[in-house]
Amino acid sequence: MIKRQNTRLVVIVIVIAFALWIDLNDTLLISNPFNGSVIYSRDVSPQLGLDLRGGLQVLLEADLPEDVDVSAESMEVARSVIENRTNALGVAENVVQIAGDRRIVGEFPGLKDTEGVINTIQQTGLLEFVDVGDTPMAAGTIIQTDYGLSPSAAETTPAEGEEAPIVYHTVMAGAALEDVGVTQDTLGQFQIAFALNSEGSDVFAEHTIANSGKFLAIVLDKEVISAPRINEPITGGSGVISGQFDYESANALTVQLRYGSLPVPLKIVESRIIGPTLGEDSLQRSLKAGLIGIIIVVLFMAIYYRLPGITADISILFYAAIAFAVFKGIGVTLTLPGIAGFMLSTGSALDANILVFERLKEELRRGRTLKQAFDMAWSRAWSSIRDSNAAVLITSLILFWFGNAFGASIVKGFAITLALGVSISLFSALYITRTLLAVVLDKIKITNFQRWFGI
Amino acid sequence: MNLLGKRYFFFTLSLLVILPGLIVLATSGLPLSIDFTGGSLLEVTFVGTTPQPADVITLYEDANIKDAKVQTTDSGTLVIRSEFLDNEKRDTVLTSMNAAFGETTIQRFDSVGPSIGEQVTSRAAMAVGVSSLLVVIFIAWSFRGIKGAYRYGISAILAMLHDVALIFSVTALGSIFLGWEIDSLFLTGLLTVIGFSMQDSIVVFDRIRENSSALRRLDYETLVNHSIVQTLQRSINTQLMTVEFLLLALAFFGGVTLRQFVVVLLVGLMSGTYSSIFIAAPVLVVWEKQEWKTWFKKKATV
Repeated sequence: MIKRQNTRLVVIVIVIAFALWIDLNDTLLISNPFNGSVIYSRDVSPQLGLDLRGGLQVLLEADLPEDVDVSAESMEVARSVIENRTNALGVAENVVQIAGDRRIVGEFPGLKDTEGVINTIQQTGLLEFVDVGDTPMAAGTIIQTDYGLSPSAAETTPAEGEEAPIVYHTVMAGAALEDVGVTQDTLGQFQIAFALNSEGSDVFAEHTIANSGKFLAIVLDKEVISAPRINEPITGGSGVISGQFDYESANALTVQLRYGSLPVPLKIVESRIIGPTLGEDSLQRSLKAGLIGIIIVVLFMAIYYRLPGITADISILFYAAIAFAVFKGIGVTLTLPGIAGFMLSTGSALDANILVFERLKEELRRGRTLKQAFDMAWSRAWSSIRDSNAAVLITSLILFWFGNAFGASIVKGFAITLALGVSISLFSALYITRTLLAVVLDKIKITNFQRWFGI
Repeated sequence: MNLLGKRYFFFTLSLLVILPGLIVLATSGLPLSIDFTGGSLLEVTFVGTTPQPADVITLYEDANIKDAKVQTTDSGTLVIRSEFLDNEKRDTVLTSMNAAFGETTIQRFDSVGPSIGEQVTSRAAMAVGVSSLLVVIFIAWSFRGIKGAYRYGISAILAMLHDVALIFSVTALGSIFLGWEIDSLFLTGLLTVIGFSMQDSIVVFDRIRENSSALRRLDYETLVNHSIVQTLQRSINTQLMTVEFLLLALAFFGGVTLRQFVVVLLVGLMSGTYSSIFIAAPVLVVWEKQEWKTWFKKKATV
C-alpha cells in the first residue's frame, strides 16, 4: 500500500496539532521557558466581514478627469492618510485598502456613527494656495479652483445665460508643505506657521514676486481659510496662515495639514451601510446551517462508504481544522459568501474522496486484491482530481482579480476561501485519507469486503 | 444502461426548461441591481408604524430625487431604490423621514455611482469570458494526447453555457415572482457554477480519456456511454448527496440575505452534473458521428 506509514502519521499529527493551536487561540504566543520572555506573539482572532457584523463600506475614487494619471505613490499616501484619520476617531479594526489604480476602499466594521467617519473622510484636507487676483475674500467662501484639471478643461466656455463660475488658479497644493506648527503672533493670536520644500519655495517665491499687492487665498477643501494680501515677496519658503483660530482649531488644522493633506482629491463613488442586527442574524443562521449540512454529509459518507467513509470523515474534520487555521493565520476576513465558498470547497474535498472510493469499489468488484485496488484507486483517480480542481482554481483566480479591482471584498472573500479550501482539500484527500486508510487496513485483516466497503 | 441513445430527448428537455426564463429575459430585460446600473438602495425600519410606499415616494420627490421605488419586505423593512445619493442627499432624506414617520433606523444603505456601475458590468463580462477561455485552453492542453482534444474543451463550454443559461432563466423567473436581482453576489454564484460545471465535465472526460486507450475496439458511442455509467455513481454521490446537502441546509436555515445566492448555486451545480452527462458527453458523440448531416433529412435519428 504505502511506504513510511509512520513518517506520514507523524507529519499529519504535527500539521493537525499546529492547526489546532491556531484554531483554539486568539493570540499565538511563544515564550521562553527559562525566563518567560515573549519570543513570538501574533494576534490571530478571526476577522468577520461587514456583512456578518454590520458596518460601513466606502469606495473612494480619485476625483480627477479620466485622462489624468494617478501615481501609485500618491494613492498609497492618500490611503495611509485616510487610515490615520479614521483610526484617530477611535474606530477599531478599520481596513483601508487600495483597489485597482484609482480607488480606495475603506471598511469600518461594527460602526454606529457612520456620519462621523464619512465626514472625516470627506474632509479631504486638500490645501491649496490660490491666486484670487485683486479681490479680497472672506473666510468661509467656497470657490472653484483649477487644481487637477487638465488645461483644456479649465478653459471651457460657459453655457449662454448662465454666469460662469470663476475658476481660480491654484499656485501650489499642500503636498509642497514640509513642516507645519502652531504659533502665536505678537497679539497672542494663534496662527499656523509652515515651511515649504525646496520646489514649493521656488514656486512660492516666483509667484509672490510677480504678484505683490494682490491676494493669495489659503483654501482647504475649496473653502477659503484666509486670503492675505501679498505685502512683500516671500522667498525663504516659510510663512504663516492667520485666521480666526483658537488653539483647538489651529491645532486641528495643523494635524490635518501635517498628516492629512491628500495628494489627490477623492470622491465617494459607493457607500454601503449594513445594520448590525441584519449581520448577526445571518451569521448565526449560516453557522447553524453549515453545521447541519456537515452532520448530514458525515453520516452519509459513513453509511454509504463504510470503513473508507469513516476515514474520509476524519480527514474532512482535519481538513476543516486546517482550513480554519489557515484562514485565521493569514487573516482572511470571513464573509457570508466566504462561508459558502468554504462549504463548496468542503464539497470538493468530499468529491476527491468519493472519486477514489468509487474507483476502489470498482477495482475490488473486478476481483483485484485489496492492495492492488488500493494503489490503483489513487493513481487512477488522480488525473481527474487534478484536472477538475485546476479548473476551479483558475475560476477563483479570475474572481479574486475581479473582486480586487473593485474593492468588492465580498467577491474577494469568496474567491480566497474557495481557492485555499480547494488546495487544502487536495492535501486532505490525497495524503490524510490515504494514510489513515492504509494504516487501518494494515492493522485489521479484512476478508468481508461487503461489510467493510459497502460493495 | 444506455444513456446516450435518448440524447435528443435530453437536448429537447433542456431547451424546454431554459426557454421560458430566456423569453422573460428577452421581454423584460436583465433585472440588474444597482451594483451594475448605479443608484442607491436604502433599507430602513421604523419604530412606529411603517409608512405607505406612496408617502415615501412623495417624500423622495419633494427632496428632488428621481426614480424612487419602494418595496416592503417580509421582515417589515422598507427597501427604497432611487438614483445615486451622495451623503448630503441621504441625510436630507433621513431627516425628513424622521420628521414625517418617526424614528427611522438604517438597516442597509448601498449607493453606487453611475460610472462604477458601468465599469463593474464590463469587467464582470470580461471576468466570465476570460475564465471560460482559460478553462477551454486548459482542457485542450490536458487532453492533448487524444484525438480531437479541442472538442472536449468546446463541449465542456457548451455544457457550461447550458448551466449559465439555466441560472439566468431561473433568476429571470425569480425576478418576477420574488423580486430577485442580478447583483455582484449573483456574479460570484455564476462563476462558481462555471468552475464546478467544468469540474463535472472533466471527470466524465477523464474517464473517456482513460477508456479510449483501454477499450480501443469499442465504437465511440458505446465507449462514451460506458464512461458515463462508470462515473455516474460518483456524480450522484458528490453532487446530490454532498454538495446539494450542504447547500440545501444553507437555503433552509441560512440567512435571507444569502437565499438567492444559494438557490442559484443549488440549481447551477445540479445543472452542472446534469449537463456533464446529458450535454457535454452527447455533444462529443454528435460531433464524432457528424450527426448534423442527417438532422434535416426524413426520419432523423431521434
